[in-house]
Amino acid sequence: MSLLEIRGLKVHFPIKKGVVLDRTVGQVRAVDGVDLSVEKGRTLGVVGESGCGKSTLGRAVLQLEPSTAGTVVFDGQDLSRLKGSALRAMRRRMQMVFQDPLASLDPRQSVASVLAEPLRTHGERRPYDKRVRELLDLVGLPGSAANRYPHEFSGGQRQRIGIARAIALSPELIIADEPVSALDVSIQAQVVNLLEELQERLGLTYLVIAHDLAVVRHISDDVAVMYLGAVVEIAGSDELYARPLHPYTIALLSAIPIPDPEAEDRRERMLLTGELPSAADPPPGCRFHTRCPFRQPTRCADEVPALRVLADVPGSQVACHYAEQILAGGLKPVRAEVAGPAARPDDSSP
Amino acid sequence: MTGPAADSLTTASPREAVPGEARAEPLLKIRDLTVTFSSRGRATVRAVDGVNLDVAAGSTVGIVGESGSGKSVTSLAAMGLLGRRGVEVSGSVDFDGSDLLHMPEQELRAVRGREIAMIFQDPMSSLNPVLTVGRQITEILVRHRGLSGREARDRAAELLNSVGIGDSLRRLKSFPHQLSGGMRQRVMIAMALACAPRLLIADEPTTALDVTISAQILELLRRLVVDTQTALVLITHDLGVVAGLCDTVHVMYSGRIVESAPRRPLFADPRHPYTTGLLASVPRLDAPRSVPLLPIPGSPSDTLPWARGCAFSPRCTRQVDACLGAPPVLEPLEPSSHLLRCVNPVPPEKSLG
Repeated sequence: MSLLEIRGLKVHFPIKKGVVLDRTVGQVRAVDGVDLSVEKGRTLGVVGESGCGKSTLGRAVLQLEPSTAGTVVFDGQDLSRLKGSALRAMRRRMQMVFQDPLASLDPRQSVASVLAEPLRTHGERRPYDKRVRELLDLVGLPGSAANRYPHEFSGGQRQRIGIARAIALSPELIIADEPVSALDVSIQAQVVNLLEELQERLGLTYLVIAHDLAVVRHISDDVAVMYLGAVVEIAGSDELYARPLHPYTIALLSAIPIPDPEAEDRRERMLLTGELPSAADPPPGCRFHTRCPFRQPTRCADEVPALRVLADVPGSQVACHYAEQILAGGLKPVRAEVAGPAARPDDSSP
Repeated sequence: MTGPAADSLTTASPREAVPGEARAEPLLKIRDLTVTFSSRGRATVRAVDGVNLDVAAGSTVGIVGESGSGKSVTSLAAMGLLGRRGVEVSGSVDFDGSDLLHMPEQELRAVRGREIAMIFQDPMSSLNPVLTVGRQITEILVRHRGLSGREARDRAAELLNSVGIGDSLRRLKSFPHQLSGGMRQRVMIAMALACAPRLLIADEPTTALDVTISAQILELLRRLVVDTQTALVLITHDLGVVAGLCDTVHVMYSGRIVESAPRRPLFADPRHPYTTGLLASVPRLDAPRSVPLLPIPGSPSDTLPWARGCAFSPRCTRQVDACLGAPPVLEPLEPSSHLLRCVNPVPPEKSLG
């Protein structure tokens, strides 16, 4: 059974107007019907561009954001029905690692105090020194770090402190929201390796949210690609690269630069035109149809595609009406346009 | 990677590496550029330390490095954009025969707007939030090109069109906050191109953008270099961007260039342990997932002053006694376009990447 089951999750934010009397004039559909599941001990990566709802998804799983609809079932219990102490008891089993380690650490709190805080909050027995030293050791920091303050550490070390805080209560699930994107290139690999090592040693389950597909693919067993609040494709990490099914995944993969001139010159690029439509007013039908190079005159603009398994590719799920034809090469991209002097992207108003 | 049946949409990158040195006379010639920051009560910091750089018209030169490597300060100093107080800049920056470092401010301003343009990482903080985009573009055209208001507006609309912003007459009336990140960066590029500069310096032009938008912007820059023979200096930390776009690549560490080469040799045969370390620490999309990441130990702040030896040696896996004591020299390898500053380089056959 999977440790985490997300079913039909929706998180909508109201758009308010008016000075004295608030009235709701619309909804930003940050997350709009997401189904995902994560098996125990595995890693699910969620990728997408800014504004696709991936961070909101992570926060909604931890009940940091109230969900509009849907369920989040963790180890058999529906979290959205829990309140107060019951929810708090569940929370110690799920923790979060944030993007910016400096912003998520109190500058006036020593490392020992940062790491002891979750223990104190959840009523662990004192003294905490031994556990603090254990945690520092687990994330590869010296014991002397305990009495120092966040500003004394480099970015990579700060992220280690953030990770140590997340594992302080021996959680089962860790949600990591952009865990490496604020770090220098040479440091990112250190943190990625640490996360993998901790997973092995502590049997952790990860939900890794990031925009960098190369990092996500490296760390995850499965990857879910999000676009404008919905999942468009779920596949094993290797299959996703070898055989992307959704046009958005194809475009996303082709946009990522590879640090190898030979590979770069050989690559074929599929550049998207235009910008991400507003989540307050998502396009009808398939959300991607306004930018999709494979857009067809029928179905795309008026029928919402469901996530489904293709007969030829049993391991993956894709939300595209024409995935079979695209996979077989039977469809040609409609418009050949790249961003350039001749291009006129059909951008929507921000 | 190949999208299925994507042939009519594809734009392969038909570029052959043309090292900047091969051209007759470089447009920009930076020699021995050194920047020292000092403030009372603190140790002085040498952010850039004897950098030499050539950029020819129609070529793209990449400067790669992590935070604190001095890559951005190099470009700011060359443009005369660092403040005067507590900053000491020495060396020479020769742009088409005139030295930018010793030019009177008045003259420098004219050159900076008309001949050299710059694109910064964060378009929101480089655009004026209380002026419309149109006003900001036309200002340049009126100031440097002497166009009238109407001419400037028409030209501004053309410029927005050329960087891929549709409905450009309406967009001219937009304020920066009304545009998305990708569009703001396009506006920045349109402003940079307003006077058809001969040299464009792009400092992390796509770092704040999403990958699909970033790919569009890079394609735009690539076309610009090919179509207008603009010289482009691209400052980035992303090796992937460099691999696709640059003719020559300089890798900087702690204020000095540690390795420079045309892009193909640099990626096929990297010799500096820092370069190989960078390449081995980024996951590659086209590599099997089982390939482990080999991070560089320590952090970019663990450096040694160059006077006492190689600044990278505290983090280097190939450190030998000769690394300490005297600073290593930037020396040509075979072929001579490949320069290296290392006493114990990675042997060619064991190189990664």
